[in-house]
Amino acid sequence: MPKRYHVPIVPVPARFRRVGKYGTVDWREDCSRCKNCVKLQCVYGVYQSENPYNSDPSSPIEPLFDCRACLSCIQGCAKGLLSLSINPEYLTLGDDYWRPDIIAATWEQAETGRIPVSGAGYRGPFSGPGFDSIWTDMSEIVRPTRDGIHGREYINTSVDIGPKPAHLVFGPNGEPGKMEPLLEVPIPVLLDLPPWGPPSDAIPGARIAAAAALGTLSIVRPNEVAAAEPEHVSSLVPLFEGLEFAEHESLLRRVRMVEIADGPDTLSHGARLRASNPDLVVCARVRLEPAAMERVWALCQGGIKVIHLCADAEGREIGAERPRFAKDVLRNIHGRLVQEGVRDEVTLIASGGIALAEHVAKAIICGADLVAVGLPLMIALGCRVCSGDHNGSCPADIQTIDVPYAAQRMVNLMGAWHSQLIEVLGAMGIREVRRLRGEVGRAMFQEDLEREAFGDLGR
Amino acid sequence: MISAAESTNIRTNNGRLPRAPQRPVEREVRPAADRYRNPIGRYKVCRSADCRSCGLCVELCPYGVHQKPRGYSLTLRPRDHLCIGPGCAQTDHYCIDRCPNHALSLGRNPTAEAIGDPRWTSDLILSTWHQAETGHAPAGGLEFQHGASGGGFDKLRFRFPEQPPVALGAGEVDTGLELNRRDDGRPRVHIDLPIYGGGMSFGSVSIHVMLARARAATAWNTFSCSGEGGYPERLEPYDDHMITQVATGLFGVREETIQRVRIVEFKYAQGAKPGLGGHLLGDKNTPEVARMRQAVVGNALFSPFPFHSVYSVEDHKKHLDWIKMTNPKALVSVKVSTPTDVDMVAVGSYFAGAHIIHLDGSYGGTGAAPDIAKKNIAMPIEYAVPKVHKFLVAEGIRDGVVLIASGGIRTAHDVLKAIALGADGAVIGTSELVALGCIRCGGCESGRGCARGIATTDPELMLQVDIDWGTQRLINLYAAWREQFVDVLRRFGMRSITELRGRTDCLYHLDYAKEGEAACG
Repeated sequence: MPKRYHVPIVPVPARFRRVGKYGTVDWREDCSRCKNCVKLQCVYGVYQSENPYNSDPSSPIEPLFDCRACLSCIQGCAKGLLSLSINPEYLTLGDDYWRPDIIAATWEQAETGRIPVSGAGYRGPFSGPGFDSIWTDMSEIVRPTRDGIHGREYINTSVDIGPKPAHLVFGPNGEPGKMEPLLEVPIPVLLDLPPWGPPSDAIPGARIAAAAALGTLSIVRPNEVAAAEPEHVSSLVPLFEGLEFAEHESLLRRVRMVEIADGPDTLSHGARLRASNPDLVVCARVRLEPAAMERVWALCQGGIKVIHLCADAEGREIGAERPRFAKDVLRNIHGRLVQEGVRDEVTLIASGGIALAEHVAKAIICGADLVAVGLPLMIALGCRVCSGDHNGSCPADIQTIDVPYAAQRMVNLMGAWHSQLIEVLGAMGIREVRRLRGEVGRAMFQEDLEREAFGDLGR
Repeated sequence: MISAAESTNIRTNNGRLPRAPQRPVEREVRPAADRYRNPIGRYKVCRSADCRSCGLCVELCPYGVHQKPRGYSLTLRPRDHLCIGPGCAQTDHYCIDRCPNHALSLGRNPTAEAIGDPRWTSDLILSTWHQAETGHAPAGGLEFQHGASGGGFDKLRFRFPEQPPVALGAGEVDTGLELNRRDDGRPRVHIDLPIYGGGMSFGSVSIHVMLARARAATAWNTFSCSGEGGYPERLEPYDDHMITQVATGLFGVREETIQRVRIVEFKYAQGAKPGLGGHLLGDKNTPEVARMRQAVVGNALFSPFPFHSVYSVEDHKKHLDWIKMTNPKALVSVKVSTPTDVDMVAVGSYFAGAHIIHLDGSYGGTGAAPDIAKKNIAMPIEYAVPKVHKFLVAEGIRDGVVLIASGGIRTAHDVLKAIALGADGAVIGTSELVALGCIRCGGCESGRGCARGIATTDPELMLQVDIDWGTQRLINLYAAWREQFVDVLRRFGMRSITELRGRTDCLYHLDYAKEGEAACG
């Protein structure tokens, strides 16, 4: 077997106290100070950790925030002095899409690199818009590997980025033509620019270092390249949003892939870049607008075969009167390319609204080859998705973060996502993420299930 | 039909199995109060220092919120979990208004508002506790029929006729179910309720919980399931009401455990972690658990996925034949998850010889499982049941097999809705644990295990659940659910729960209801 892909996970504690979901309200004045105090019997030792907090304000743990809400103390207190409450600070995290539970789960994964596990069944809504209206398939009898999904025989999560010609081309004397450049990354996730964030040199540096550790690529602005260690240059994907190519010729000779913000001259820019460096993979960064499908087809016809489709931060179309969710748009674009007979020649990268590990698998099922994530990387660093609501000051103080710490948090998050992607693939009996692309037959869409199950209800 | 006693004789006469005497359990509803000092209700009633202990509130409250035992000079702290809340203000016994010293106040209990989630709302948890305590559905406005998940069962309602077509007394309604529809000479095992307990292994829950479940199943002439962690000897007096499981890890599976029971369940997959197998954390693998599972103490135990000897329906039949040969009187249940082709899986299981096809949907499960699996892998049971039911009907084999639904069945009404969608009955798990005091904090997997003493083998924590108390709580829950089964069937004029199967015309969906329909439910 080839060497197994391994994500170098190292547990990294949070820099600040974790904002937990629960808190206890303690009505202390009637306390009889009985010797069998429920606080001493806490199975999780939450109250014991109150003492260091009281004596050392910088101590990272506060009982409010590690409570698991088992209610043992609340129901057991001799005088009934305790009540459970939802931590109001927890409810202020994020927004309707980047919900508090998503942020808390991302923090946990960035800290431990482990898959979130809990007991007593699923606890969320039945379904939701976008990716939450898709369920993935499983197989009762097919196993993808012979010694378990985390065994020696591994499930491959590598994907290719680049033009993939449908057939070989030979010269007049039978000599093989020049092959187009093709990159392979071991996880179907690129580390993208975050949609917002405080100015910081450390964040791009951390993203680049994390991409290098993961073996994937990091999208950066040209002015952020200075943050990269020299040995990490091959992990860079500079994004050009204007005509500044000439200023970065040296960089363009050293990197393996480049992104161009889509505009009227994308095709000519792409041709020029390929001419100057034939080994460069050129990707067009296209906003997921209502005309995106036609634009993708036009780019493909013009020779740009790697396209990064960017939805908004909530995974919706940009600029549409009634924006569709990215899952629907991706299915349309994928279907169009299949219809045109060029799907296998093109690489589609999806970004926007990819908030959880399951979204990676679902975006790929809907037709993407891989995804790019930005905001989850910021959440891994402690971001609360406040969108700058705190008068310009970041409540997670991200601007002061140091590169190795931040990079490891990002690596841990991606490690946890990688493990979860393997779980989804393993359940389906698939051992190759490339085979998941566009496999809508291995997913269940709510609109179909509702029609089948309830379409004839009461009729 | 062969009774439990007769089938015991048959197997004893085979001379193959020395069996422990079976121990009956009385089916009687008795109060079984919350085992904690401070029960939780939706409201909090506070008594201030202005109270003169006149005792008027004790006289007024018909719900027992206020107490002043004989010989006491002071009134006790209000048992506010019994309070029905502001609705009481419409009556003449509203203690808040009637207190001569204005010493009482009423407010919502912040704890009650903080617990629960869309699937298991605070009301569902509190109402399940109420049913386990009293044996009846709550009367104080707690929602006990559905959750607030915004889909599936929570969007389905019954379309009751204005008047029942037939007036039936409560005693005329049969809630029983036969579990063998095949004419294969095996016992036609009958259960008195259309529900039985799901598999929870020794190790994932304590022996006290297993015994309480087995004893309640015995009282109600239904079944509980050992899960895949072996078959503790202490369950032997309840063999006739136990299902033993053969899962992919084959932990504790022995010939004598298969011969001991009336139903053997093959677990191909489970809804909480479809396609992923099982995982008992090393902390929970205590010496006793390891002995039962024939494993090494402290090692994490993986139940691999899938069965490594099954790649086809033919292999599957070979499995079932193995069990049928080992125990010629046992029924065989096949537990599967809900993939896209769940209908084909069900048909394959039928032709392999299964008596029961048990569909485990993705939203349930009691043990620890990856969150990504619970939420995303395999379809919810609400979709799987009609899909399988319709396919079995179309294949002409529906009446040859019993279809059981599980995975997110929380209430008596969920059971009835699953049956109306096409199941014969349901398997429950989390509801039983909630009745025993589970708060669904989800900490089953951590350290010493469940802080509430349920999903743990910690010798200290497990003592929190007394076996007799647990048995009574479950007997009460089943009694409360049966009352609701009977109530709904009477409103439809149905004499048997079997008449409800597949009657989707008895349901409507809130999102697709015709105008004016919402008023009917």
